[in-house]
Amino acid sequence: MKSRHKKLLAIGLGVAGLGVIAALVLNAFQDNLVFFFSPTQVIAGEAPKDRAFRIGGLVEADSVKRDPDGLTVRFLVTDTAKTIPVTYKGILPDLFKEGKGVVAEGKLGEGGMFMATQVLAKHDENYMPPEAAQALEQAQKAQATLSQ
Amino acid sequence: MIPELGHFVLIVALLLALIQGILPLIGAQRGNTALMALARPAAQGQFVFVAIAYACLTYSFLTNDFSVENVARNSFSQLPEVYRITATWGSHEGSLLLWVLMLGFWTTAVSVFSRHLPDDMVARVIGVMGLISVGFLAFLLVTSNPFDRLLPAAADGRDMNPLLQDWGMIIHPPMLYMGYVGFAVAFAFAIAALISGKLDAAWARWSRPWTTVAWAFLTFGIALGSWWAYRELGWGGWWFWDPTENASFMPWLAGTALIHSLAVTEKRGAFKAWTVLLALTAFSLSLLGTFLVRSGVLSSVHAFATDPARGAFILAFLAVVIGGSLTLYAWRAPKMLTGGPFTWFSREAMLLANNVVLLAAMGSVLLGTLYPLLMDALGMGKISVGPPYFNAVFVPVMAPALFLMGVGPLARWKGDSLPDMVARLKWALAISVATGLLLPLTLKGFNPWATLGFTLSAWILLTVLIGFRERLKHSGRLANLPRGYWGMQLAHLGMAWGVAGITLVANYQQEIDVRMKVGDHTSLAGYTFTFQGTTEEPGPNYRVAKGTVEVSKEGKQLFVLHPEKRIYNASGMPMTEADIHPNFFRDVYVALGEPLDEDAKTWAVRIFHKPFINWLWLGALLMVIGGFMAASDRRYRIAVKKSEAPAGAAAQGA
Repeated sequence: MKSRHKKLLAIGLGVAGLGVIAALVLNAFQDNLVFFFSPTQVIAGEAPKDRAFRIGGLVEADSVKRDPDGLTVRFLVTDTAKTIPVTYKGILPDLFKEGKGVVAEGKLGEGGMFMATQVLAKHDENYMPPEAAQALEQAQKAQATLSQ
Repeated sequence: MIPELGHFVLIVALLLALIQGILPLIGAQRGNTALMALARPAAQGQFVFVAIAYACLTYSFLTNDFSVENVARNSFSQLPEVYRITATWGSHEGSLLLWVLMLGFWTTAVSVFSRHLPDDMVARVIGVMGLISVGFLAFLLVTSNPFDRLLPAAADGRDMNPLLQDWGMIIHPPMLYMGYVGFAVAFAFAIAALISGKLDAAWARWSRPWTTVAWAFLTFGIALGSWWAYRELGWGGWWFWDPTENASFMPWLAGTALIHSLAVTEKRGAFKAWTVLLALTAFSLSLLGTFLVRSGVLSSVHAFATDPARGAFILAFLAVVIGGSLTLYAWRAPKMLTGGPFTWFSREAMLLANNVVLLAAMGSVLLGTLYPLLMDALGMGKISVGPPYFNAVFVPVMAPALFLMGVGPLARWKGDSLPDMVARLKWALAISVATGLLLPLTLKGFNPWATLGFTLSAWILLTVLIGFRERLKHSGRLANLPRGYWGMQLAHLGMAWGVAGITLVANYQQEIDVRMKVGDHTSLAGYTFTFQGTTEEPGPNYRVAKGTVEVSKEGKQLFVLHPEKRIYNASGMPMTEADIHPNFFRDVYVALGEPLDEDAKTWAVRIFHKPFINWLWLGALLMVIGGFMAASDRRYRIAVKKSEAPAGAAAQGA
């Protein structure tokens, strides 16, 4: 093999390698993007039915109930306009509290119940998860336009 | 008075940084020795003044001076003394001050350990570091003055974030910043070489030890961060692919590529332009990481946009540093001559492949980290990219790099023979694959990920041993091998050790969340856990419910764990403090969830059995030791003067 051919071969292999990596990245990216929806959007049917997504808002006051097994929790997440029932099995984060902001990741189940696999509440008492803040903001805007 | 003094000396430091950043560069350009000679005293003076400013801020924290806004927001009268010292860098302003302090430290180190370098090189390197310092000091003084007063003074502080009140956090930020900022030295060397046009093997030899030390600090900092997250966040994980973690991991990947590429440039004079580009990239990513974590852009893109002064300054600074250095690169780099030729199967080629893989990995992390921010900034909806993406990309991309880690150090420079290599390594390959296939079968049945992990760790371990054996045939005794070689082998072994730990803990950990009343038993991984209730106790700045969990095996009590649930007085923030019984082979980890009844007799409890998790950090520690060892190789100290000529003579070295 001439050295020019070798060089071409090396470049070809390099390009092919990068192509494989790019394909891998984009494929994983497609599959693993998690979109965010507010309760209002979920009620309006905008959220995907068979794919995980995130919801955010406030944990409605007096809505947290525990199943007798002690580890399954049910609560309502609200953006002040609409609410979504959520169920989660496991230990809640330290800052999960009624009336405070929360973000949950999971899928929609039977009867509009959101089956959370992960509940996030960030580590600062006064800090609102950005997604939750956005959901509240959107709901308030929507109500403002309605009342006009 | 003290805060005003701090503010004042910070201004003096900025003036000195201006002198340090401008005059020596002019001097180097014109060959003016007097101006060049300003570099060292200006840099050392600047360091002294920044250190005084830093001491002033620490003093304000120690004396609970709540008339300083920064102290009022980040400290608390009941906060233990050691955390008041660390609270100094807990805030945005304080952490930037720490950054400048570290930069001053590195610059001073360069000014002291550069006696053997040409004067114009030293002037340029210190000058460039001065310019970086000017940027940071101006940012501090204009937008983020750590000494701003609060009128009227607060009665008490709002306390430091309880998560940071852990001794892992005492050393993690300084180590991480030592690494981040250390890449500024490599950056300054690269810029100096671009300006002077003298980009040769000697240049690579000068920047190599600095880069390796910075890399070792960064490795240590990241490992400490991971260890802290594991102990403190209560979730039992050691890496979350969180943007703050990625921010430190990207410069590490680029820095790892850089130290390997520098080896080629030093030994063979090849890859010059590429090495310079990597030095620019590593430091740019350090800057990006600092700002990502410290500007608040991660918690909300909009908060960042509503503080236009800070946001604009940061973007402008990044644009100047990255844009400016790339422009200089585009202008100068094409003039650089390439080094000696090599074939596709040579150590150069392996290192090139290693670089490509590391940068591809870095790119995939960058994409996953910045894409959600970009979408949000453009108002295109909120998305998140979680661990599944990073795991799906990172593991397959890094696997070839680990394979090459075995072959690369054994391949000869310029060109090697593939059949020879196969003959040298066939047993190692066979044993590694056999280990990878059989070990999972003895544990929990076939598992492709475990096979991949075990094969690669065994492969690296065996090839490192083969490397030692082959070298010993020539040099006779282990002690005769150069420290550079030892360092490389130890770092590679550390990687193998860490990969083995990761593989074991990722595939064989066990976990349960369970409801436990006082006296309840539960078992996991052969251990029996008995919950003995909780007691209320006061802490220095918190109240705590302290749980007692007795752990026994086959009826014999082994140890007692005390996981805690704390409520911090100032913020009212609850905190889970897990208790861990570690040993060389496994961790037993117990964390309290929340009380499930009124009188706190029943709790949600989370229990983990984490096999071999400590190998991960021990492996990282070995990498750190390897880094320092390689940087202390004696050829960096004695051979510098002689090495102005192309380093072909050293081609057969480590």
